[in-house]
Amino acid sequence: MLKTNIFKRVVTFRCYTTSKWLPRVCVVGAGPAGFYAAMHLVKHLQSVQIDIIEKLPVPFGLVRYGVAPDHPEVKNVINQFSKLANNKSINFIGNIALGKDIDLITLRQHYDAVLLTYGAEEDRHLGIENECAANVIAARNFVGWYNGHPQHKDLEVDLSGETAAIIGQGNVALDIARILLSPIDLLKKTDITENSLQAISQSNIKELYLIGRRGPLQVAFTIKELREQLKLNGCRTIWRENDFIGIADIISSLPRPRKRLTELMLKSLNEQNENQQNMTHTKSFYPIFFRSPNKFLVNDNGHVSGIELTCNTLEGDKLENQKCVATSQKEILSCDLVFRSIGYKSVQADKTLKLNPNGSVINDNGRVLDDEDGDLGKLYVAGWLSTSPVGVIVNTMGNAFQVAKNICSDLQNSNCTQVKDGIQSMLKSSGKQFVDWQGWEKIDQYEVTQGAKQGKPREKVTSIKKMLEISAST
Amino acid sequence: MFRTLLKVKELSKCYKSFYRSRYIHTTSAQRHGEFEWQDAKSEDEVVNVVYIDKDGKKHNVRGKIGDNVLYLAHRYGIEMEGACEASLACTTCHVYVHHNYFDKLPQSEEKEDDLLDMAPFLKENSRLGCQITLTKDLDGVELQLPKATRNFYVDGHKPKPH
Repeated sequence: MLKTNIFKRVVTFRCYTTSKWLPRVCVVGAGPAGFYAAMHLVKHLQSVQIDIIEKLPVPFGLVRYGVAPDHPEVKNVINQFSKLANNKSINFIGNIALGKDIDLITLRQHYDAVLLTYGAEEDRHLGIENECAANVIAARNFVGWYNGHPQHKDLEVDLSGETAAIIGQGNVALDIARILLSPIDLLKKTDITENSLQAISQSNIKELYLIGRRGPLQVAFTIKELREQLKLNGCRTIWRENDFIGIADIISSLPRPRKRLTELMLKSLNEQNENQQNMTHTKSFYPIFFRSPNKFLVNDNGHVSGIELTCNTLEGDKLENQKCVATSQKEILSCDLVFRSIGYKSVQADKTLKLNPNGSVINDNGRVLDDEDGDLGKLYVAGWLSTSPVGVIVNTMGNAFQVAKNICSDLQNSNCTQVKDGIQSMLKSSGKQFVDWQGWEKIDQYEVTQGAKQGKPREKVTSIKKMLEISAST
Repeated sequence: MFRTLLKVKELSKCYKSFYRSRYIHTTSAQRHGEFEWQDAKSEDEVVNVVYIDKDGKKHNVRGKIGDNVLYLAHRYGIEMEGACEASLACTTCHVYVHHNYFDKLPQSEEKEDDLLDMAPFLKENSRLGCQITLTKDLDGVELQLPKATRNFYVDGHKPKPH
């Protein structure tokens, strides 16, 4: 008995002081959550080997495919992630999908810890009549389309009509509004795909409605994005004065971010009359509040022609805590194009994962509650897959660091009786083509070269086949 | 003699932080924070800064006039992120500036204020580290990084347990 104890202590000692034991961690999903978690692990563990597997052949997740093309500064974080990926402790393994190429149990057999950071890739549905009508488009797919996501590159979007509506008032909704309402010359210098740039340059959209079911005090977009929209050249913003009744009176009691955001809306509202006289604009942006879509109207061709909106009212004493209640009043908004932008949800990449109703994986501080099996690597989750899809990069970063901290302490306290070997050799013998970091660097170089020909920072490769070809070239 | 000792101390500190952060920060500091890697040429230029990290630990750092607080932190291995590389597009370098020094900083611009509105755990003395340049006035300034917490929501909201 004593012997075993001593032995155990020696083994534990070896684990985290002499670094002879090399813990292997698998990160599933090469977006910001995955990279930030890997960054923390590399920094805080004396030795570790991390494999970041990614469904696509290319890394960076939403930094590449979500961040708007006219926000290149936000993408600077790619530099930091790339430095990290060049570290010898990190392997990028692209073109390998959890649930398709490999299952979770296999990963857990081959790693000491498995961290899922594959995000929230599905858009939420409204569940209303005619949601499948032509030109009712998921915001996610449209964002993927203009950002060159292989899955959405061929999205059919008809921009020939004059009026578009976006359901939802978050930052994704504002990104879409800005892309459609921006002077085209501003987009030409970005990494927007050539295909979508062509389509948008021929767009006839002149009026864009941004529809929210609640009021100005409940909008989800943030001030930076709204200010950008308000400053767009050639576009005016028209608010409905009635939506703002009583708001000026309570503004001073709001917390700072909400206060500044509301002040900006009120300022814009007060200026709109003089702006209307200034006829230099060619496009108009209409944020409207207290409206929920009831059903989509379609024409004979099955193409969306409008939205039937239910008018809502807010009930409750305090303006800032009121609840949204539907009234019997209806309103018709005629439009030729609709974007559904009411949030994302995660997919169940492996059937053993238990999801919350909001689509996130059930977890306790990043640890996925799970049957303890000593031979299997522990399971963790971080980023949008663990918190549900809210927040910007700083929120994901904080969460990823926190979960990685737990992984560090679990690894340091583990008894590490079994040496895990990762999946690289298994993948090699399976013949499935995967992309390593050098492979991605070839794609990156190719994209930058193609972009330079048109004065753009890059022209993204949108076909997976082409990506694989480039990555395998010599 | 004292100066030499200080130098040795600085060097070893520098080496330590270099070693500790050999993977990530050094190169980005070289790209954008070259100036912060230069030591002060004279005592007159020195601006002492106290960083208080996420765990509440104090780090005394000898900066100099003109240093950017974000890149100075990188030089000494303090975990202040700078995702957008000081281009005013994120809030990963959010810090609390000690009240005695807050008013000595030039007022924040609208763009910085807009970003701060998105920072988790915003306080009255919040600033973005990348927007703070050291001046002699700031000698002794305490800069505290927001504490690490279990859940990072946009408004600091913590969900109730299920």
